[in-house]
Amino acid sequence: MTELAGNRSLVTPGEILSKGMESLPGFGTFRDGDFIRASFLGLSDIKGRLVNVIPLSGKYIPKKDDPIIGIVKDVRFSNWEIEINSPYTAVMMISEASNGYIDTNREPLSKYFDVGDTVLCKIKNVEENMNIHVTVRAPGMRKLNDGKVIEVKSSKIPRIIGKSASMVKMIKEYTGSNVFVGQNGRVWVSGGNEALAIKVIKTIEQQAHTSGLTDKIKTILEAEGDGRRKTEISD
Amino acid sequence: MIGDLTKKNIIDSVKTGVRIDGRKIDEFRPIKIETGVVTKAEGSAMVELGKSKVIVGIKMGIGEPFSDRPDQGVLMTNAELTAMSANEFEPGPPSPDAIELARVIDRAIRESKVIDLEKLCVKKGEQVWMIFVDIYTINADGNIFDAGVLGAFAALATAKIPVLKDGVVDREAAAKKSLPLDGKVVSTTFAKLGDKIVVDPIRKEELSMEARLTIGVKDGNIVSLQKGGEGGFNKKELEEMFERSLKHSKALLKTLG
Amino acid sequence: MAEERPKYLIKAGKRLDGRKPGDARPMKIETGVIENAEGSAMVEFGKTKVVAAVYGPRDIHPKHMMRSNRTLVRARYDMLPFSVEDRKRPGPGRREREISKVLSETLNTAVFVEKFPRTAIDVFISVIQADASTRVAGLNAASVAMADAGLPMRDLVVSTSFGKIHDEKGKGHMVVDVFKPEDNWGMADIAYAKLPNLDKYVLLQMDGNVTKDEFFKGLEMADKSLDDIYKAQVAALKKKYMEGSK
Repeated sequence: MTELAGNRSLVTPGEILSKGMESLPGFGTFRDGDFIRASFLGLSDIKGRLVNVIPLSGKYIPKKDDPIIGIVKDVRFSNWEIEINSPYTAVMMISEASNGYIDTNREPLSKYFDVGDTVLCKIKNVEENMNIHVTVRAPGMRKLNDGKVIEVKSSKIPRIIGKSASMVKMIKEYTGSNVFVGQNGRVWVSGGNEALAIKVIKTIEQQAHTSGLTDKIKTILEAEGDGRRKTEISD
Repeated sequence: MIGDLTKKNIIDSVKTGVRIDGRKIDEFRPIKIETGVVTKAEGSAMVELGKSKVIVGIKMGIGEPFSDRPDQGVLMTNAELTAMSANEFEPGPPSPDAIELARVIDRAIRESKVIDLEKLCVKKGEQVWMIFVDIYTINADGNIFDAGVLGAFAALATAKIPVLKDGVVDREAAAKKSLPLDGKVVSTTFAKLGDKIVVDPIRKEELSMEARLTIGVKDGNIVSLQKGGEGGFNKKELEEMFERSLKHSKALLKTLG
Repeated sequence: MAEERPKYLIKAGKRLDGRKPGDARPMKIETGVIENAEGSAMVEFGKTKVVAAVYGPRDIHPKHMMRSNRTLVRARYDMLPFSVEDRKRPGPGRREREISKVLSETLNTAVFVEKFPRTAIDVFISVIQADASTRVAGLNAASVAMADAGLPMRDLVVSTSFGKIHDEKGKGHMVVDVFKPEDNWGMADIAYAKLPNLDKYVLLQMDGNVTKDEFFKGLEMADKSLDDIYKAQVAALKKKYMEGSK
């Protein structure tokens, strides 16, 4: 049990990643005396002196500025409770619900967002005790009235986005769909070839840990789509 | 939690004739039944209905008959929607949903008279066989009713009655005798989504449905019914479901071998 | 029905099922058996068969259990009614509650609980078939299920049992991984668990009668068996992600 796991290898909690004090424990690792050990089932990722483990599963933990998709759980006196597919529910204050002024004396809050509504929003703030605040006062954020929301494992979201958003861009170009990838494991697909877009997103989720994924997805999109087009849709 | 947008998607897709999981309106999910999964039980079965997975075990013992049925064995059906099988289920005593599930499965087995309870009398008024059917969800993704009936029947059909020695169960002796069964029973569950009725709903469809109907069928006859949900059906819809359930029951019987 | 105590449980170095003292029963570990769960595993030790599922971190109910600085790992051990010879009444009794408590404490030692304040991690352990050593089989399943769920852990938890059983002359012998007759008629049995990399014992329960030397002799044998269990846990976890990567 004292062998070192190499870089980009599959590791389990407690496994030794490095020995000696010159390495630094990064994300998903911890120091145990002379050793740095993995704290997740994941892939080891050694960058110079920094030793990380990228988890292969797990729930979404909110981070400031993450774009996410929430569902309104409750309308309260001066805010909304938003379910965000995470261990924690979020709060949206009145001041974060609109660019304009909301007069609670004149109209009920449910006119803006009602229980069951699906909302594209952004994590505004994560307090130390994990009180989460979200906002729709950011470009593109709003209540959804059309399209489909699918759920995927949040640990697979980086693969769906791809390096510099290359994967999601490719999906948009081949399907003509508008695609919004929420960091919390919810993806919104609207317009164009929705069925194909959903199919490839599910494929990416299932094969996220395999190599050559971009080519595989491109092959599916080329075979089943009606060709690539330039998209005007931005992220 | 599923949002209203997803509920709308579910109902919209039913309108187009293709459900969100790609099935047709009148299509069951694939069924896999494995019996003998718990060798300590008198009978057992693991049923997979799509992603729904239930395990059923049969235990038998000797007990006193009910005073109004002194010459009949006793059937006890218990079901649990385990907290293990879905995020929304809570641990603790059986919920109303679990109790309904147990009673619906019990009714299909009991009213179809597939078990000849009279043959399970040992000594009239004193000793009869007690048959315990325990149904536990392992992964719950909708329509536990039909999966439960399939599992309960498959477990009963493969159960062996323990040997009785001087009125006491001898578990050391090899049990060889099967239960006295007469025919087979299956059930078919429907969910109303918008103005369409789908068979074998997945959990997301159940969360979006107006009403539900479970129909128990034996030999082409209806032996039990249970309507659930906060909506209703009209007469034409009932006729349609009865018809469809008879057709499905033939296919379901085949999965029981 | 009360059986009679066998004249011996071990004779000429062979146990009733043919095993040598240090042998564990055939073992099987499989992950990802419950789709709805964040993580899950099934473990078989001979005829003992358990399944574990992990949900969370998630909202904690009842609210008074909430801790502002940490999550609570809550194990719930349950024996299904048909898992034993005579049907067990559904729901947890005193035995199950006690086991759930010690298993919860054991699992908490492995998790970085401070990462998820105000939440619970629920670990459900169901015994599908009981042939002794169910709680330790359950811990192994829970450990794999928790790693599968992507929880931050300092180590896996590996667990087994050992015991003391009599030969035809009534002399005690230490053995690993007790099964039902040894549990019923043995002179002692010990359930324990360890964080294998950190070399820490995190569960220890015993009933019976042993000398200090017997205990440590048994522990040494059982620790060897834990090495195999640890390897099987790691292999089961890695298998899920190796498949299809070709």
